[in-house]
Amino acid sequence: MLKPAFKTLFWCISTLALLLGNTVQADEFNKDDLNRWQTQFDKVVQDGRKLWVTPLGSNGVSCAQCHPNAANTHPETYPKFQKQLGKVAPMWEMVNWCLSNPVEGKALAADSAEMTALQAYVTYERRGVKLEPGKH
Amino acid sequence: MSHVINRRNFLKGASALTAASTLPISMIELAFADSSQNFSFAYISDAHIQHVKGKDFVRNWDRGLIRAVAETNLLTPKPDFVMFGGDLAQLGKKEELDHGAEILSGLSGSKLRCVMGEHDYYLDLGQYWEKLFGPQYYSFDHKGVHFVVLNSILTTDEWTFKRWPTAVQRMNEMAGLDNPNGSPFMVGDKQRAWLKNDLANISKETPIVVFSHSPLQKIYKGWNFWTDDAEQVQALLQPFKKVNVIYGHVHQIQYNQIGNISFNSVMATAWPWPYPSTYAQAEQYLPKLTVEMNRADPFFERDATGWQLINVATGNVDLHYSLSNNTSRTVAFNSKTGQPEDTSYQAPEKRIPPQSHF
Ligand SMILES: [Fe+2]
Ligand SMILES: [Fe+2]
Repeated sequence: MLKPAFKTLFWCISTLALLLGNTVQADEFNKDDLNRWQTQFDKVVQDGRKLWVTPLGSNGVSCAQCHPNAANTHPETYPKFQKQLGKVAPMWEMVNWCLSNPVEGKALAADSAEMTALQAYVTYERRGVKLEPGKH
Repeated sequence: MSHVINRRNFLKGASALTAASTLPISMIELAFADSSQNFSFAYISDAHIQHVKGKDFVRNWDRGLIRAVAETNLLTPKPDFVMFGGDLAQLGKKEELDHGAEILSGLSGSKLRCVMGEHDYYLDLGQYWEKLFGPQYYSFDHKGVHFVVLNSILTTDEWTFKRWPTAVQRMNEMAGLDNPNGSPFMVGDKQRAWLKNDLANISKETPIVVFSHSPLQKIYKGWNFWTDDAEQVQALLQPFKKVNVIYGHVHQIQYNQIGNISFNSVMATAWPWPYPSTYAQAEQYLPKLTVEMNRADPFFERDATGWQLINVATGNVDLHYSLSNNTSRTVAFNSKTGQPEDTSYQAPEKRIPPQSHF
């Protein structure tokens, strides 16, 4: 059982929610929402592009040096089996492979903002290409 | 009449070194009806020596050029000369050009000639490069063949002289292959006038070999696989019966035939580039004739880099690509069809899975 004070608080919140109506409802979004989400996404793609042309490791080499416009990264084919890793790998593991080897740097956390941005950029450059997970 | 060179003959001095058969250089043999006139030259390109700091350079790119030089030194018979196809440096720095020149100085007993690349040029507009290697464009004759070296990576005066606050920024803007702030390459009016004059007294029967850094044909503007005045340069070359254009810059196998002109690209010693067709947002014109190189395996840092043995049989070039960590390729002029073709993979049913790029 809730104590009286909490009961009152609960009643207040419920009433407030009813009064506010649509603003706390899920699943309906408008043009402003769409614009905001697109703007947020575009910003992360831009962040990814900036990282793409910035040396991320220790030797001054950038991703774009070998992958102009993120070509030859094949985001639509992940996850896929990588024989050198001996397992099915998601894309971020291959990004980290490149960061650790050709650019002689450190791996990024899979959920870091930088890794999200890099994957957003690479995938954006492949927009329109059909998904083919596992393809080599 | 094709006189195909067996690479083993060239490399027989190399048998003691197991790595020799996989080292990246280009080897060119010119074959004529009189075989005593045959000669060869090596072609190394796109080393992209990249300064990190102090005495540190990017190890991966260094290794590519060092291997190329080592193998060139093992060739038997010795090549008459060695060509370097441009992009010796990554950002045109003295440190990079000096370090590259030092590695190239390991070439024993063969004269070195160089082509200007955009990565060599846009810091000081080729001044230091000229001190090391000589004029930016020139021609020479060798055993009956007329050779022309062009600086094909020039662009507009506005872009070169007015747009960028510093030389360093200008270099950086041009160094990014996919940078929309770059500018299309061109040979330019002055050099085309020079070329016209240079060719004026050459017999139309004389085989012509032109070395440029950018393709003297239009493939994909977005990455400067492109020369803006390509048609005008081609028009100067078309009257000659046998013309060969050999270019670097693209870091991949490409070949084409336009009229009397055969086009062949050479591999980089540094890293491969994707084919423009793999950029989903691009409109591009890779010659249909080209059977693409195998897709690079990123786990082998020298994969999809390499070198060519090139044989000019009666004035047409055959390129024997020796590819590090991969199977060699031969693209030879087919006198029946009058175009360069891969001797193993040209027929569609002969293609192998890694040749499909996406
Ligand atoms: Fe290059
Ligand atoms: Fe280049």
